[in-house]
Amino acid sequence: MDVDASIAPADMTSQDRRVGAIAFAVMVALIAIAPFFAYPFFVMQAMCFALFACAFNLLIGYANLLSLGHAMFFGLAAYVCAHAAKVWGLEPVSAIALGVAVAAALGFVTGALAIRSAGIYFAMITVAFSQMVYFFCVEAPFTHGEDGIQAVPQGKALGFIDLSNPWILYVFVSVVFLFGFLVVQRAVNSPFGEILKAIRENEPRALSLGYRVLQYKLAAFVLSAVIAGLAGATKALVGQNASLTDVSFSTSGEVVLMTLVGGMGTFYGPVVGALIVVSMQNYLAQYGEWVTVIQGVVFVACVLAFRRGIVGELAAWAKISL
Amino acid sequence: MNLFGHMITMPELFGQLLIGLINGSFYALLSLGLAVIFGMLDIVNFAHGAFYMMGAFAAYFLLQYAGLSYWWALILSPLIVGAIGAVSERLFLKRLAGFDPLYGLLLTFGLALIIQGLFQNYYGASGMPYSIPKQLTGAYNLGFMFLPVYRGWVILASAAVCFATWLIIEKTKLGAYLRAATENPTMVHGFGVALAAFAGVLAAPITQVRPGMGADIIAVVFAVVVIGGMGSILGSIITGFVLGVVEGLTKVFYPEASNTVVFVIMAIVLLIRPTGLFGRAA
Repeated sequence: MDVDASIAPADMTSQDRRVGAIAFAVMVALIAIAPFFAYPFFVMQAMCFALFACAFNLLIGYANLLSLGHAMFFGLAAYVCAHAAKVWGLEPVSAIALGVAVAAALGFVTGALAIRSAGIYFAMITVAFSQMVYFFCVEAPFTHGEDGIQAVPQGKALGFIDLSNPWILYVFVSVVFLFGFLVVQRAVNSPFGEILKAIRENEPRALSLGYRVLQYKLAAFVLSAVIAGLAGATKALVGQNASLTDVSFSTSGEVVLMTLVGGMGTFYGPVVGALIVVSMQNYLAQYGEWVTVIQGVVFVACVLAFRRGIVGELAAWAKISL
Repeated sequence: MNLFGHMITMPELFGQLLIGLINGSFYALLSLGLAVIFGMLDIVNFAHGAFYMMGAFAAYFLLQYAGLSYWWALILSPLIVGAIGAVSERLFLKRLAGFDPLYGLLLTFGLALIIQGLFQNYYGASGMPYSIPKQLTGAYNLGFMFLPVYRGWVILASAAVCFATWLIIEKTKLGAYLRAATENPTMVHGFGVALAAFAGVLAAPITQVRPGMGADIIAVVFAVVVIGGMGSILGSIITGFVLGVVEGLTKVFYPEASNTVVFVIMAIVLLIRPTGLFGRAA
């Protein structure tokens, strides 16, 4: 669909493209050398959460929809992928695809109901739906309640790529992450993304121009659910488990924190934010509940004084778009 | 009575109905507090569950360290926690005036994490017992069932406070002043928080005093607010009580769904009336 010039922001400049290409190359290079400096399992986990945050950012950053229940897609896809791989013996790519499909279906149903409300109301509805999915996962037999699904086999992707080899798994997770990242970036930079931004800026205007606002929002919501599901299903293979934590409210809160710290509405913000929050959890794990308190303090500080986040501030300072 | 293949005894039915009414009392008070704050300030307080928990803890502290009884707690705890709510409005929320209301939600979300983390740090996940005041122990024999005096008291106290709040806000000069001017957001916020704390004191002898008690209830309360319609005072009270009862009845007839029934109802209401049962179109 053509974008009406009057509501479309200025096209990407050649400088934006160059900055974008360099930033992406730097990220790929960092992923390539990271396992030589950090524990590979940690980097893979960080990539899964980074992808999850990118999915969340698609909604808050470009459609101004705050979902406080995104763990429902992440966690349910993790459960489905883990169950498919372990109980049905499905090959990993199909198991992930199944998890993503379930997340998409859940995204469609909850999105169709939530999308007619906006702002705070929308946020509360997503909280309620994710709590419902949480209770479902507590009760459903296949999730094994408090135990979760453990010892998920990593298997051979497409029948010949042996993911139980840590190096091959690392490459596989990197490819999934970069693929998801590019899908989000492509969506935002497409005419679809421009219309989302137009709706964000002035919904009545977009409506009066003839755009089917609700359908665009729903499409963004489902796409976000799909990417969140991809992240969750991949994480189930990396950690070889799926548990109630993945679908819990605290996970929904963490993805908000990641995006907020890194910078809402920037491509690299969620990635940086995820890296910081996941490291924080790793290094502060010994302090128990203090992690929650620190997360809360960071939340409050970001909202009060640092609304653009790290990457947002950096981009504003350098006058570039990241 | 025989339904869906299993026998349901009358005491079981009335017992769950009573539990439903008790839960409904808490839902009503909490969603009322949210409605008051939202209706006048356009803010959704995510820390509402945390303030409810603090209300219960305040009662526990008052008894433990000051020797003050339940009846003192019923008055002092809402005052203390309400004051904390008012201060948090002054310190934090005030600074966000003029920004997208979503920032207010995010801020209170952070506050909820801080409060809950702190209490969990010092008191763990388990609950502290808080005994029923001696004037309210025992039970009435209603003929068809035994009604513990304290449970009856909770329902009455909650209904009375809800009704009084509705009366003040909708029918008095003070309410009109508050509604029209919203000149004192600090007080309004404090008042909404005090309602949550009051619910917390009522809950203390029933649910024990636990750091997680707020987080457990807040999602259901959000669903209640969505079903009732945001900002509607009477709507939030009625919806709170009715959904508590519906939840209780579900426990009798289809226990597997008792945790999710409120959310299913929310989905149906959203399908039919996106603005909620008592809400006006935005």
